[in-house]
Amino acid sequence: MTVTATAVHPYPKTLHPIHATLLAGTVPLFLGALLSDLAYWSSYQVEWANFASWLIAGGLVFSGLALLCALAGLFRSRGGERRPIYFLLLVAVWILGFINALVHARDAWAAMPTGLVLSIIVTLLAIAATGVGLSRRVGVVA
Amino acid sequence: MKTANAFTALACSMVLLSACDSNDPDPAQYGPNPALPDMETRLLPAMTIAEPVPWGDRQPTVPQNYTVTAIATDLKIPRQTLVLPNGDILVAEGRGGNAPALQPKDVIAGYIKARGTTSVESGDRLTLLRDKDGDGLYEEQTVFAEDLDAPYGLAFFEGKLYVANQDELVRFDYEDGQTRASGPPAKVADLPSAINHHWTKALTISPDGRFLYVGIGSNSNITERGMVAEVDRAMVWQVDAETGAHKPYATGLRNPTALAIQPVTGQLWAVVNERDEIGPNLVPDYLTSVREGGFYGWPYSYWGSNVDPRVRPQDPEKVASAIAPDYSLGSHVAALGLAFSMPVMGEQFAEGVFVGEHGSWNRKEPVGYKVVFVPFRDGRPAGDPIDFVTGFRDDDGKTRGRPVGVTVDPRGALIVADDLSNTVWRVAPVK
Repeated sequence: MTVTATAVHPYPKTLHPIHATLLAGTVPLFLGALLSDLAYWSSYQVEWANFASWLIAGGLVFSGLALLCALAGLFRSRGGERRPIYFLLLVAVWILGFINALVHARDAWAAMPTGLVLSIIVTLLAIAATGVGLSRRVGVVA
Repeated sequence: MKTANAFTALACSMVLLSACDSNDPDPAQYGPNPALPDMETRLLPAMTIAEPVPWGDRQPTVPQNYTVTAIATDLKIPRQTLVLPNGDILVAEGRGGNAPALQPKDVIAGYIKARGTTSVESGDRLTLLRDKDGDGLYEEQTVFAEDLDAPYGLAFFEGKLYVANQDELVRFDYEDGQTRASGPPAKVADLPSAINHHWTKALTISPDGRFLYVGIGSNSNITERGMVAEVDRAMVWQVDAETGAHKPYATGLRNPTALAIQPVTGQLWAVVNERDEIGPNLVPDYLTSVREGGFYGWPYSYWGSNVDPRVRPQDPEKVASAIAPDYSLGSHVAALGLAFSMPVMGEQFAEGVFVGEHGSWNRKEPVGYKVVFVPFRDGRPAGDPIDFVTGFRDDDGKTRGRPVGVTVDPRGALIVADDLSNTVWRVAPVK
């Protein structure tokens, strides 16, 4: 009996360009927030906290839309090849990012140090989600 | 039932976000030594915004043997009032502030808070009310001056009417019986107006007419617009009425929204709105005598030397020098009006001050929304506040009015400006 290994591609190997753009935009936005937080931390210049707030808001928009794409992908794919880890990472990014937005809404230094810690975590999670999401799939080995 | 359970589940999941302790009752935080609980920070602010409804047949509630009358309606946001020597009443109308939204939060909070205020357009004018026959009804209503810029504080001395716009202090010449200003006002002094987060400029005048005192609010809740924005803010200026020269008279007063001179002693008093977002019972708004050269804490500390960690860099020296105010009115009541009483107001209210409380937004259980009387003895506050005018906010959660300025008419009445229903109320003892 001969087993023939056939690579079947029931879905494109890479993310849709729009999905990819949304996902790729997430890291620079949350990273920008983290850098702004570091600037506020070291300078006490409150304008940096404002920058961080808007960057986080942008990060939430991008990661939120990417999350919707990922959710759609979960249902579209057959056999669960789209690893749910990508989806779960994005969920974590968005929830912690949202909490971070609320923390940053506190006035002046009340956002610190929690805001900085959350920015670090969210940025790392966003990098992980992007790495998993954009890595080339091996395809389905039947 | 299912739905109810779902809501409970949702509410409980919100606990994570808001630490939703449901009881922040009015702790009766009154007097010189209020209890100051620990600071609370939460992810979602506790908020209850006024739900405006018309008065209809209702009226504010006043003590027995007092009457209340709406003496002017359909005004354009009345804030402070002044009784002229001939008994005419001037009403300053308008809305100020041009603070831009700095954060996503400001956009959202601005929208939410606007629901609890009037939607009428800013009057930017002074309206004159006249009671021709002395029956307590003001049948004549004329525009005394217009094209002002969010006028708020009013003061009068010997033929000179001073008006504190949100950006400058101006003077009108006034003759007894005038119903309209004879011309545009003369400038006395520029007032700090960049951003104008707290835009109201409170005003009073020394008994000899030499000095004007101007209350200038901070440009933020707690320095979130940066320290540079706070130059010349959160203080009371003393302005020379003749030359317009000014100096800071007292500092560290976050938002001194009304000033008044105590009869006999000539002492300056103020009501001040303190900071938000550190809990339902912090920080008490207060009534205080204002000491020349005194520092009252903002932003570095509150109620004397209680450090506010939200301010960076901190300043331990300033904290050490901070004066604790005289009398707590309770947290978030938003005191906006102050007037010393006279014996003509009736025995129970003869000695003390009336305080107009606009009402809270930054706590779950609303407080304020009334006019209280703080009794004085030997020239100092003595005893808890007594409700004088209530019924602005009802148990049904609806709000019909929000008191701002209060003025004692020496003929025997309290004039209350209501900037939600755009009404001026007159409360008088039954003769």
